[in-house]
Amino acid sequence: MGLKDAACVTGIGETAYVRGSRKSAFELQVEASLKAINDAGIHPSDIDGVIPIGIVSGIAEDFVDNFGIRDLRYSALIPHGGASPVMALQAAATVLATGVCRHVLITFGRNVSAGSNKAGARIHNMPQFHYVTEFEHPLGNSAPAQIYAPMARRHMELYGTTVEHFGAVAVACRAHAALNDNAIMRTPITLEDHRNSRMIADPFRLLDCSLESDGGAAVVVSAADVAADGRHRRVFIAGVAVGHPDSPVSITQRPDMTSLGIAKAAPRAFAMAGVTPADIQVAEIYDCFTYAVIRQLEDLGFCKKGEGGPFVADGRLRLGGALPTNTHGGLLSQAHVWGLNHIVELVRQLRGDGGRAQVAGAELGLVTGYGDLGDGALAIMRRA
Amino acid sequence: MSERAAKPEVVESALSATYWQGLREGRLLLQACGVCGALRHYPRLLCTACFSDVVTWRAASGRGHIHSWTVAHHAFHVGFRDELPYTLVTVDLEEGPRALGRWQGETPRIGMAVRARFETAPAAVELWFEQDGLAR
Repeated sequence: MGLKDAACVTGIGETAYVRGSRKSAFELQVEASLKAINDAGIHPSDIDGVIPIGIVSGIAEDFVDNFGIRDLRYSALIPHGGASPVMALQAAATVLATGVCRHVLITFGRNVSAGSNKAGARIHNMPQFHYVTEFEHPLGNSAPAQIYAPMARRHMELYGTTVEHFGAVAVACRAHAALNDNAIMRTPITLEDHRNSRMIADPFRLLDCSLESDGGAAVVVSAADVAADGRHRRVFIAGVAVGHPDSPVSITQRPDMTSLGIAKAAPRAFAMAGVTPADIQVAEIYDCFTYAVIRQLEDLGFCKKGEGGPFVADGRLRLGGALPTNTHGGLLSQAHVWGLNHIVELVRQLRGDGGRAQVAGAELGLVTGYGDLGDGALAIMRRA
Repeated sequence: MSERAAKPEVVESALSATYWQGLREGRLLLQACGVCGALRHYPRLLCTACFSDVVTWRAASGRGHIHSWTVAHHAFHVGFRDELPYTLVTVDLEEGPRALGRWQGETPRIGMAVRARFETAPAAVELWFEQDGLAR
């Protein structure tokens, strides 16, 4: 038994994405969850599997309590940061393919507007950052922008990747966010705006960095046969895989610090789906930083290692380009909800509900997750 | 003038106490497997080569080459606000493992030869690197 086409995303839900929400992370998570459950055409108590993303808001038992779930058959926590939502698709597909569950809820909510909850403070409470916290934070290596910057610097030095290449990713995401009523940053930007934005952690400028934002997002994943009765055209998980880099909890000690976990996962997911990168019509690539998009495109096989910079230049990632990417605006310009918004957007595109950002005729797409210090995951989805 | 904000405290563990004691003594100590001799860093329980938990410690020379670097222009912790901009370097130690340290000197280049030095600061002894071959 394999996972190919065993499960479908049947429901999607998002709150408004904002800064300074007065709602708690759990309130935002519940709001998004109810929207996803309603979108799937089921009742909250029909959920029999729950995968809360991160350990930042509600736990599975909170959903039993609030949704009146009588017989929760599966729950899991997946502690891999922004890779967790796509990793959760793999977990959901596994328990749906094997008949453990019928409807699995993957759900996330966050409120990071409090100063004490900013990234530079937040990650040091996470066990996967324990080496950074003990050995690097006291020297001033404190936040993801700094921790990833040496990876990007090395890529620039080894392969000739440029500021303009980073900028092309930022400009594409912003252009798409401008089409999205639920995006936080909607004013179009140019390569010059990107270059002129203030330096944060060289080589990352402000416009290379994703947003800090509040909101919730959720999806319902259902067994393929159950999904046939749903309200929407079915969107199948055709291939899904996860991978971890060598030295997963220390970039400093990683043999090749430009390597990512997704390099190990991508061949597995493409083989499962029976497609190649050339077949992908729309991509939602985890964009914690512009550089991360360039690097993942290489490891996914869209281009060779070191060629990701030229690959993203000339508008390839923009609507109308050869590989429309982050059609919702991404973490860079829509909102940062650990990439669960990327899954929601891919499903929307494959249903044909992409609105002004719809990729014409999109039938096959890809979504990635990138977590913590380089954990990776991807899912290839196709519409029925 | 307000007091300078404190930097993050070092929270040592049983695995790392020897490393931190080494820094206080002006030595950069690496774990060496007590069975097969393989070096590893940061401190951890098992040898990846033979899975032994027997540990000895070896002092690194402090010499190596720049692997990569970044310059912080934004203070993600208030304790570094008065030091902006500051540079962090990742160094390939000549013994094999890498070390991360603060940098003093001109803009680093990948491959530049460097040497370690140790700065006593309120929160901890800090590992710094500087270009090797220059007069002290």
